[in-house]
Amino acid sequence: MRETTGARVFRIVTVVVLSLFTLFPIWVMITSSVKPLGEVLDSFTWWPQHITFQPYIDIWRTVPLAQYFANSLIVCTAATAVSLVIAVFAAYAVSRWRFRGRGVFTTTVLSTQMFPGILFLLPLFLIFINVTQATGIPLIGTRLGLVITYLTFSLPFSIWMLAGYFDAIPRDLDEAAKVDGTGSMGALWHVLLPAARPGLVAVGIYSFMTSWGELLFASVLTNGPTQTLAIGLQQYSTQVNVYWNQIMAASLVVSVPIVVAFLLLQRSFVAGLTAGAVK
Amino acid sequence: MSATAPARISPGHVTDPPDAAPRRRLRSRWWLPYVLLVPAVVFELLVHLIPMVTGIWISLVKLTQQYLRNWSEAPFLGLGNYRVSLDVHGAVGRALLQSFLITCAFTVLVVGIAWIAGMAAAVALQRKFPGRGLFRTLFLVPYAIPIYAGIIAWKFMLQKDTGALNHLLFDNLGLPGEKPFWLIGGNAFWSLVIVAIWRLWPFAFLMLMAGMQSVPEDLYEASAVDGAKPFRQWRSITVPMLRPVNVVLVLVMFLWTFNDFNTPFVLFGKTAQPPAGDLISFHIYNASFLTFNFGYGSAMSVLLLLFLLVVTVAYLLFVNRRSQRA
Amino acid sequence: MEAKNKAIAAATAVAALSMVLAGCAGGGGTAADNGTGKTTITYWASNQGTSLDNDKQVLTPILQEFTKQTGITVDLEVIGWNDLQTRIQTAVTSGQGPDVVNIGNTWGAAFQSTGAFAQFDGKNASAIGGLDRFVKTALDAGGAPGKTPTSVPLYGLAYGLYYNKAMFAAAQLQPPTTWDELVTDAKKLTHGDQWGLTLAAGSYTENIHFAFLTSAQNGGEFYDASGKPTFDTPENVAGIKRYLDLMQLHKAANPADAQYDNASSSAADLASGKAAMFLSQNNADSTLKADGMKPGDWGVVPLPAPGDAKAQISTFPAGINISVFDYTKHLPQALEFVKYMTSPDVQAKLAVPYSVLPVLGSADAKFTTDADEAKVFMDAYQNRSKPLPQVASEGDFESTIGKGISGLFAQIATGKTVTDADISAMLDNAQQQVEAAG
Repeated sequence: MRETTGARVFRIVTVVVLSLFTLFPIWVMITSSVKPLGEVLDSFTWWPQHITFQPYIDIWRTVPLAQYFANSLIVCTAATAVSLVIAVFAAYAVSRWRFRGRGVFTTTVLSTQMFPGILFLLPLFLIFINVTQATGIPLIGTRLGLVITYLTFSLPFSIWMLAGYFDAIPRDLDEAAKVDGTGSMGALWHVLLPAARPGLVAVGIYSFMTSWGELLFASVLTNGPTQTLAIGLQQYSTQVNVYWNQIMAASLVVSVPIVVAFLLLQRSFVAGLTAGAVK
Repeated sequence: MSATAPARISPGHVTDPPDAAPRRRLRSRWWLPYVLLVPAVVFELLVHLIPMVTGIWISLVKLTQQYLRNWSEAPFLGLGNYRVSLDVHGAVGRALLQSFLITCAFTVLVVGIAWIAGMAAAVALQRKFPGRGLFRTLFLVPYAIPIYAGIIAWKFMLQKDTGALNHLLFDNLGLPGEKPFWLIGGNAFWSLVIVAIWRLWPFAFLMLMAGMQSVPEDLYEASAVDGAKPFRQWRSITVPMLRPVNVVLVLVMFLWTFNDFNTPFVLFGKTAQPPAGDLISFHIYNASFLTFNFGYGSAMSVLLLLFLLVVTVAYLLFVNRRSQRA
Repeated sequence: MEAKNKAIAAATAVAALSMVLAGCAGGGGTAADNGTGKTTITYWASNQGTSLDNDKQVLTPILQEFTKQTGITVDLEVIGWNDLQTRIQTAVTSGQGPDVVNIGNTWGAAFQSTGAFAQFDGKNASAIGGLDRFVKTALDAGGAPGKTPTSVPLYGLAYGLYYNKAMFAAAQLQPPTTWDELVTDAKKLTHGDQWGLTLAAGSYTENIHFAFLTSAQNGGEFYDASGKPTFDTPENVAGIKRYLDLMQLHKAANPADAQYDNASSSAADLASGKAAMFLSQNNADSTLKADGMKPGDWGVVPLPAPGDAKAQISTFPAGINISVFDYTKHLPQALEFVKYMTSPDVQAKLAVPYSVLPVLGSADAKFTTDADEAKVFMDAYQNRSKPLPQVASEGDFESTIGKGISGLFAQIATGKTVTDADISAMLDNAQQQVEAAG
């Protein structure tokens, strides 16, 4: 199918405009991260007058960045993995069964997105304290408490989106698999999950990124050794100075692995897998 | 074979699937859906629902610093906190109403523009071309950068005299006039909108792009044979096929943007929030944590919850009615 | 059935592995007795240095010395100002947290009324060496009048007027001793790219502080004797107007300062020569040094008052206080630690890295080698200071009025005119909000 001129113009204009919009702050971040602090505080220049890589060295000392990075990676990966599993099960139930209480479940889960996060903070803290006293599992000041919190934060949206992706896969395919004798869980594993793979990847990314940037709960549920990146980045703005160049440098350093992961994952969005399955 | 019509997602409405499979097999494992839901329910109760109910209780008492230590001693106020929050003649109520209106305008603009940008990008990158993978990644970069970092970069760029934006507009492009403030005064609202769009549109792009991958190629080819132009194809194939994704996506974008706390908090800082950019989430934070008045904060949150609940139900009813007509 | 088992097994494995990874090696948050029978107390320190890491480096030798002297180990966590208040609130709510904590002294009355902190009554007061060794105004500033204090001063801070000696010499000016001189000097020093003054006009904390000080110079009060707010008075309005006019009428401050939400941004302007004068607390020394100025490049005089001022007030006793949570299981050790941190020896050691004033009446200011500067700040702290209102709603008072003033500065910066009526309306609005909060 040949592309029309109109479509081509649309494509080029859209890509150019959005690329510039996206790149502008990134360019500022990159150039600011190699300027000395005095120059950063001065008027903006597109290209640095003095290039220095000192900020990239300082960031590891001003703040224990490596430790925070590791903490964030552990917490976010764990939260994403568990959240995906739970969401897949729940979305499967919501999409494929019309059971009693389905409406209540979906409404309640959705309504949690309407309550401002800040008001969960104190009650959640109290609940964790009580659970710790009752069961002895430490939840405050540990990564575990944060993982539990984060995986729940991304559940509602994950369940909803996955149910939507599952809904778009025709039931005939499930039935066909069940006729072959694999049962409901087999249908999930063999039919739905492969067909909804782009959706799974998208929801996984969402789940990870939600935890990655979360600030408020991390600041309260962690302490020194368990603090995450979100808190760490704030700490470049101190009582004495705001170290802009270090903030930019640290942000770029921690973003690089994520961007690389995106680059590798975007191949999972390839069409054709699902087109084949539908036939 | 045919693609079945996307199932409706409607709260509280239990319908039979259009192509009902033989009941016998399903009935013998009636407990399966409930078992599948158990983990989700457990975590939701622990982290979301019980704290929410506690939050609602807090809204009915006077929880200030005096009672912070011992919540059970806080005096019961009934609807007292609500009355103060809704009294538009009083300072508190007036400020809340203004914050609410600003947030409405903010949300409509941000969700609208971010969705259009996401859709445009998803469509533009639908067809393979050299470098497509690179652009896909580039567009997701604002999403990959930690929230704090992205917003602080914009804050840096929006400074009046030393900022990159004014430098671009006035020094490079030669716009006439004085360099305006972006972080204080009326322009603060537009700064908020731009930064929020910058952060949100890649997410819409991500979800729509994933959804488009499930649309079979042959539908487009068949319609092209029938002589359909690209816009017609978009309107008649892409949009309807993306319906299940869009229904949830738009709603969630709306809810998140309305509740956005990080963008104003990081962009303006705790101490320098401009009135034009007073979004409701920060407004409530200010009324509770910064001033130790948790009862107010809770009452305002419950009001917010009720408003969003009404909007969501109305939205879903509207969406379902349209799908019934289609 | 194979596929189902496989799926469930795989999912469980992933979930279990992740949880284990997350759970292991995470630190706990509360105090404990370690195996050797020695006690450990947990201490939350605030950010006073150039970075949280810097604070740790400064404090660690001090804490190790304490352990050597007493055998008590101190588990230190340094918390940034963004998070400190919220974390203390969670500790108050839950009854779990550190044993000892730093607080901004303006939070003193509010935290006092939570009842969650140990009171420094007779027994506890003598355990830390008695309360009369502290500067009286500093001690009073940390709690409501007439009530037993629940925090004692740790680091002292006072306001002064910093000026660039070279720029003054070049303009052949003497540093100002009255408000009018301040205005004329600032106007003379404003030309080209240079401004006479820099203000942190976007920071609500700085704004409310100056509203308070100018009003105190006018003899005004924000609360009456019974603790009820009286914001909209002529003295208060006149005080705020005086401060706003530095930018509005006299045009001696850069309108772009309305964006500064942090005093350190203004300090940077002084250091880089963009401005000649700067009103700040004495810990600006750290920032000025970090930004390249040398001690001796700048001088300090007291915040000037108008010639007809009712009171020669140039600061309020600012600073950091230290408190002990009353849920602590190690009260004697915690009090011992407070006594140590407020001892003359430790006070002298911490003065320089933190640029703070001593809180002990008998001590000298060690934070600077500039004797004149030390004299000015000590004099202000001990003799020319008036405490901020000691009411439980102090936080509300600061945020409502402070933000109101930030809004007025924003209007001035964007070209509108602010009148006395506008200031009056803003104060009225703020008072209503504070009253509604009860």
